[in-house]
Amino acid sequence: MSLVVENLIIDHGAIRAINAVSFNVPTGKLTAVIGANGAGKTTLLRGLSGLKEIKSGKATWNGESIVGQKAENLARAGIMHVSDGKSVIAELTVRENLALTGLWRKDKKDVAAATEEVISLFPILGERMSQSGGSLSGGERQMLAIGRALIARPQLLLLDEPSLGLAPLIVDQIFTSIKKFVTTMNLTVVLVEQNAMGALAIADEGVVLNLGRVVGVDSAENLLNDPAVRAAYLGY
Amino acid sequence: MFTLTPSKKRTLFFVAMGWALLVVGDRIGELRQYQGSFVAMYSLAIASIIVLTGYSGQLSLGHGALMAVGAYAGALSINNLHLHPALALVIATFVAGLFGLLLGFGVARLSGPYLAGTTLALAVSLPTLANQFPILGGEQGVVFDVGLPPARFGENFSLYKWFFWISCLAVLLMLWLISNLVSSRYGRTFRAIRDNETAAALSGLNTGRLKVLAFAISSGMAGLAGGLLVMLISGVSPSAFPLSLSFSLLTGAVVTGVYSLKGVMLGGLVLVAIPEIADSLVTRIGGSEGFTATLPGFLVSALLILAVLFAPNGPGKLLHSFKKHH
Amino acid sequence: MIKFITAILTALTTGAIYALMSTALVLVWRSTRIINFAQAGQAVLSTYIGYEITVRSESFWVGVLGAMVFGALLGAVIDRFFMRPIFKRIKSGPILMIAPVVATLGLLGIIQSVIGFKWGLTYQSLTAPVSTDGYTLFGRVIAFSPFNLLVVVFATASMLILTLLFQKTNIGLALRASAHSPEIARLSGIKVDLIRTLGWALAGAAGGLAGMLYIPSSYLYPNAMDVLLVFGFVAAVIGGLESLFGAVAGAMILGFAISFATSYVSEKLVFPMAFIMLIVVLLIKPAGLFSGKKSRRD
Repeated sequence: MSLVVENLIIDHGAIRAINAVSFNVPTGKLTAVIGANGAGKTTLLRGLSGLKEIKSGKATWNGESIVGQKAENLARAGIMHVSDGKSVIAELTVRENLALTGLWRKDKKDVAAATEEVISLFPILGERMSQSGGSLSGGERQMLAIGRALIARPQLLLLDEPSLGLAPLIVDQIFTSIKKFVTTMNLTVVLVEQNAMGALAIADEGVVLNLGRVVGVDSAENLLNDPAVRAAYLGY
Repeated sequence: MFTLTPSKKRTLFFVAMGWALLVVGDRIGELRQYQGSFVAMYSLAIASIIVLTGYSGQLSLGHGALMAVGAYAGALSINNLHLHPALALVIATFVAGLFGLLLGFGVARLSGPYLAGTTLALAVSLPTLANQFPILGGEQGVVFDVGLPPARFGENFSLYKWFFWISCLAVLLMLWLISNLVSSRYGRTFRAIRDNETAAALSGLNTGRLKVLAFAISSGMAGLAGGLLVMLISGVSPSAFPLSLSFSLLTGAVVTGVYSLKGVMLGGLVLVAIPEIADSLVTRIGGSEGFTATLPGFLVSALLILAVLFAPNGPGKLLHSFKKHH
Repeated sequence: MIKFITAILTALTTGAIYALMSTALVLVWRSTRIINFAQAGQAVLSTYIGYEITVRSESFWVGVLGAMVFGALLGAVIDRFFMRPIFKRIKSGPILMIAPVVATLGLLGIIQSVIGFKWGLTYQSLTAPVSTDGYTLFGRVIAFSPFNLLVVVFATASMLILTLLFQKTNIGLALRASAHSPEIARLSGIKVDLIRTLGWALAGAAGGLAGMLYIPSSYLYPNAMDVLLVFGFVAAVIGGLESLFGAVAGAMILGFAISFATSYVSEKLVFPMAFIMLIVVLLIKPAGLFSGKKSRRD
């Protein structure tokens, strides 16, 4: 077990956004975290990546605690968070955006190699290298954000609602790419999604959040077939 | 039955203050009377900043310039128009208020740092305007004689006591008016704008207009303070309104607690006390001329930083939280 | 004709100095979202240090270097040990808007008092390394001296170096990324706090250079840079606080406006002109002439 979360509590102002949440994320697998709007999924990721203060509880990655660490240090330690809202800096070019995660890495050759791999994964980025981030479409920006994270050769990838606001065709494309690089790069991925169907379809494991609490942990397949989950989140 | 509404309570408070000051004024010496006038004047100037910043959330660094506007208006009324000093004070208030109104139209839309920088530019450039127009007396400024206290008070009624009475009366009157305003519906709307402008606008308040109004009121108050200053130093010139004045006023406001009018007198006292403290420190420690001249400024700045760090909401709140923890 | 040329040359000189100050202000604004009023104090203190070094080493240029190094260190120290604790203490409420600004004002006062304590309030003179007598053009002496030329050259060179730093280096990219989006920069592994301190250091160095280039034509005393702070601010507002290009462009526009107004209309128009331009820009295009944004609401 690589990412172990135990009784995590995160407050958002006066609201207890994450209330004693516990789950495990196995190495090399894709774990989907699903739940309705406001379930606390984004807050959970922000807590894990160091952007939000964790009130109490434990969270460890490969045995080391990640509670109370600075976001940039966690990023350098191999935990990459692709935050929602298309985390692309509009004023920088695509090339510059991609370069951000390689700035601090010493092995520049590997950074170049990783960039090449990302471009072959998302060829459209290669065509738009000199364009500004703001001129990209929604789907392209999501690819850029994910690609940027991959260049850092992360071990743990936290993806926050990559399908938000995107057309179904693009969503398919992105989900397929995610599944692809999870297996080829031996990544551990936590995929937070409102699009429960799409997420569970590519995931190995699943965690269901509701109002800040864990209400279900199972394999993705079981969750897909669970009538309660289907009724609540999959619409049938 | 005679019910004590909040507004009646306020009026009573001010009348009591006035009476107390009358009594105090009789007992203290001339020097303290003169200093007391300054305390009153500074309290008013600080109150003007509190109204603008504390109550409507706009930071101004240029209140020295607004005082200058009132000061020159008052001085010219006495010198060139030969009006009675009381009338001159009223004119000072209104001219400054009008100026603030016009200025407000230009700057009330600006957010924090932009407003601060613009008012800073105003503070630096406005006094130099006196050099452009000969009627304003240039560098030397305008000097005049405010006259002696009315004969009916008798021969032994000192000029300084007269100053003291006028300052306290003017300031109490103005503060009474303002405290009524602040407790009224207007005060609530100002606070609403300060705390969350978007929400206030969404609930239908014309935030722009109200901010300009706050500016005008604040300027009027500062103008009155300027008029009083002119009377106290019997003249006006650009050098009476250096940048450090605006900073001192801001310090006084922060030290008092920028969100409430309650302690303005404290701020005024602090501002008058600092040069005195500095003087006695210098006599004890000894020091060069440079030291003597810069110590007051140092104390003001240090006080400002300490106040911002440790009591950003005023000494009242500080005491409150102190009690909570012990 | 002579008047025209002189006006242009004066505009370039004053614009160059304004550009250094406005750049310093924009650097801090972009990284910390405040206007650093203490800049006036930092710049003049750095100049005093430069002055002392010049006197001891008998070289103006060593003094300039010293002023810039001191300015950078001072800027870094202020960010790390003064601004950061303040931001930590004051996290919410209406005070958040004014506390950091007021703090920089307090800092300005402290710095100027410290200068007063150590050096006194008398006016000192900093002698320029080259002549401050005007060149002769078409048989007449114009108000542009070898020193003025030096100022323009140096300011331009520093602007170019700074631009290269920002556009072509990794550190520059980190600086830009942190300014546009501290969160994305953090998530990319960039040490945003360190980068911010670097921004303050660069701003401090720019201020020190501005002082050393300006003071020889004036006098050195604690409040010597106050006026320049105001002009630097106006220039930054005109150009738009969001870009270095705006800072420089705004400075040039201001320089030209003031120069031509004082040459052709009246000498006394320096301050009024600056203030008018400030108000005009704030009324017409508050985000600055060269910015893409529409309003000034952050």
